[in-house]
Amino acid sequence: MRARLHRPDRRGRFGEFGGRFAPETLMTALEELEVEFAAAWADPLFLGEYHRLLELYVGRPTPLYPAHRLSERLGVEVWLKREDLAHTGAHKINNALGQGLLAHRMGKPRIIAETGAGQHGVATATAAAVLGLECQVYMGEVDIRRQAPNVSRMQILGADVIGVASGAGTLKDAVSEAMRDWARTVEETQYVIGSVVGPHPFPWMVRELQKVIGDEVLRQSEQLPDVAVACVGGGSNAIGMFWPLAGTGVELVGVEAGGEGIGTGRHGASIGAGTPGILHGARTYMLQDDDGQVLEAHSISAGLDYPGVGPEHSYFQEVGLARYVSVTDREALEAVRLLALTEGIIPALESAHAVAWVAREAASLRHKTVLVNLSGRGDKDMEMLVERL
Amino acid sequence: MTNHERAVAARMRSGSERIADLFSVAREENRAVFLPFLTAGLPSPASSPRLFAAMAEAGADGFEVGIPYSDPLMDGPVICRGSEQAISKGATLDRSLAILGEVAENTGLPSLAMTYANPVFRRGADRFCDRLAEAGAAGLIVADLPFDEARPLGEAARRNGLGLVLFLALTSGYNRIRAVAEAAPSFIYAVANLGVTGERREWSGRVERLVEGIREVTDIPVVLGVGISTPEQAAIAAGLADGFIVGTALVRRVLDSSGEEDAARSLAGLVGEMASAARR
Repeated sequence: MRARLHRPDRRGRFGEFGGRFAPETLMTALEELEVEFAAAWADPLFLGEYHRLLELYVGRPTPLYPAHRLSERLGVEVWLKREDLAHTGAHKINNALGQGLLAHRMGKPRIIAETGAGQHGVATATAAAVLGLECQVYMGEVDIRRQAPNVSRMQILGADVIGVASGAGTLKDAVSEAMRDWARTVEETQYVIGSVVGPHPFPWMVRELQKVIGDEVLRQSEQLPDVAVACVGGGSNAIGMFWPLAGTGVELVGVEAGGEGIGTGRHGASIGAGTPGILHGARTYMLQDDDGQVLEAHSISAGLDYPGVGPEHSYFQEVGLARYVSVTDREALEAVRLLALTEGIIPALESAHAVAWVAREAASLRHKTVLVNLSGRGDKDMEMLVERL
Repeated sequence: MTNHERAVAARMRSGSERIADLFSVAREENRAVFLPFLTAGLPSPASSPRLFAAMAEAGADGFEVGIPYSDPLMDGPVICRGSEQAISKGATLDRSLAILGEVAENTGLPSLAMTYANPVFRRGADRFCDRLAEAGAAGLIVADLPFDEARPLGEAARRNGLGLVLFLALTSGYNRIRAVAEAAPSFIYAVANLGVTGERREWSGRVERLVEGIREVTDIPVVLGVGISTPEQAAIAAGLADGFIVGTALVRRVLDSSGEEDAARSLAGLVGEMASAARR
């Protein structure tokens, strides 16, 4: 097994994956961003400000909670990393605040973001408000409908939410539209990307900003778990938990969106059922046809409804640092109910995928300790839950 | 020369040589090279070659033939809509390359494929270039392939006698200009505006500085594109650079047309005006 990489290589590659397949107009900004982030990330003043905000504003460290009743029900010792308790209700705030601080440091008055479930949009709007930046968020029209509460939250926080009607009107199209905006406004705008996707240095930078999740786990647990599980759309909560644990002997499991079942073609399992290609500036596993046209993903959870995955996950898969599985929409819904009834926690549909895998594999996980990254809370999914549960 | 004679002559020279010829002929005639862009498969795959023929008659020097792609990051709403429509009408990759081949054959003009990295690498750089050369293409342009990632494709193109085009933008500094010059593309596609393809009322005054910056480093031909949609803008571009590309204004005419005949007439009108504007 090859080791995790502290930084991608000079060309932004994690092994065969990653890189910088971007329009020339953005290349200088990407080069600058890499230099600026590296400098900020080594600057005690920047780090101090970032960690101060994480502690006093976000409420970190988030608890590592032993889920006794769930454990009893499943016969598996389950620990929950409670990212749902972070300010704004998901891990996304770790990244949005870091990138917002960086934009501030670089003198860029405007930030833009894409969002699927709306959690990254809310986090970015929040960062913009607390740091005094202008903010616009691109969101697919379909997602605007299915995650309505988050749209209102962003608007109350002072962000403009711009609907994207192209393609399927979901996360992929929102990323594309945000990149088009950035090509036009790159000189005064920072693109606060929401996951470990996109051209270099985004996958590396976002992983560095999310690593706090796994770093806390290392400090909070007297004994490391046997298995660590996280859902994977672009994969920022997963890499944030996996990276510090990689190579420690903990088995890492990423759970992709199985949608209506891999066999139906309606899913978001880029690693499980995709092939390597180039999406949104990086070489990675993705859903595509023989002509290289990008296929639409499908998931009940807007945050996993994406036909690609962060390039570092493709690398983790390739070298065996993690393995990737999937659960269906139905299984994720059942997991929401399970966690609500046993622990009094309503998880986001995204995070429910990780819980669902543990529930499904309970027999083979018996007597093991399993750490689940509970990446977000489910308030935004209420309408869907009322309809489908 | 008739179109047929041109096509026969074209086969004697490699794609990159034919691209070079374009610029030397234009230089002798004291004009800029005018390369219209149109998405293959519009208004339908069957009628697509006819539109390119109409543009050839109206004075185009060569073509950028757009291979429709599902996620065109460098393109604004008009060309995105064109791509979606072409794909929905059946312009698969093979069909689009066949259209490009037909255009090259019928018009005898150097035709470059304009595409994105994923379709190229999905097929494999060598296979893709091999198929392009077989179709009679002169070269290729890949919108999301900066020079940093272009080496493998550049080698595949060279092996197949195709010209690879590289980009520079208003945001590109001296080091990037140097690196692109060293990679020796068939021409430099200088992105004349910030942002994606689309019509613009204003002309960015910063283009002049970019072209000057490139000229100081290399004599590789410079072709301006993005945001050139009127004959007035074309005339400015022709005065600054060795050539210019017009895309969105043409795609819009096809999308707004009532049918193939109407589209051909409308394209010929604009291409004629643009070709006149190319004379210095």
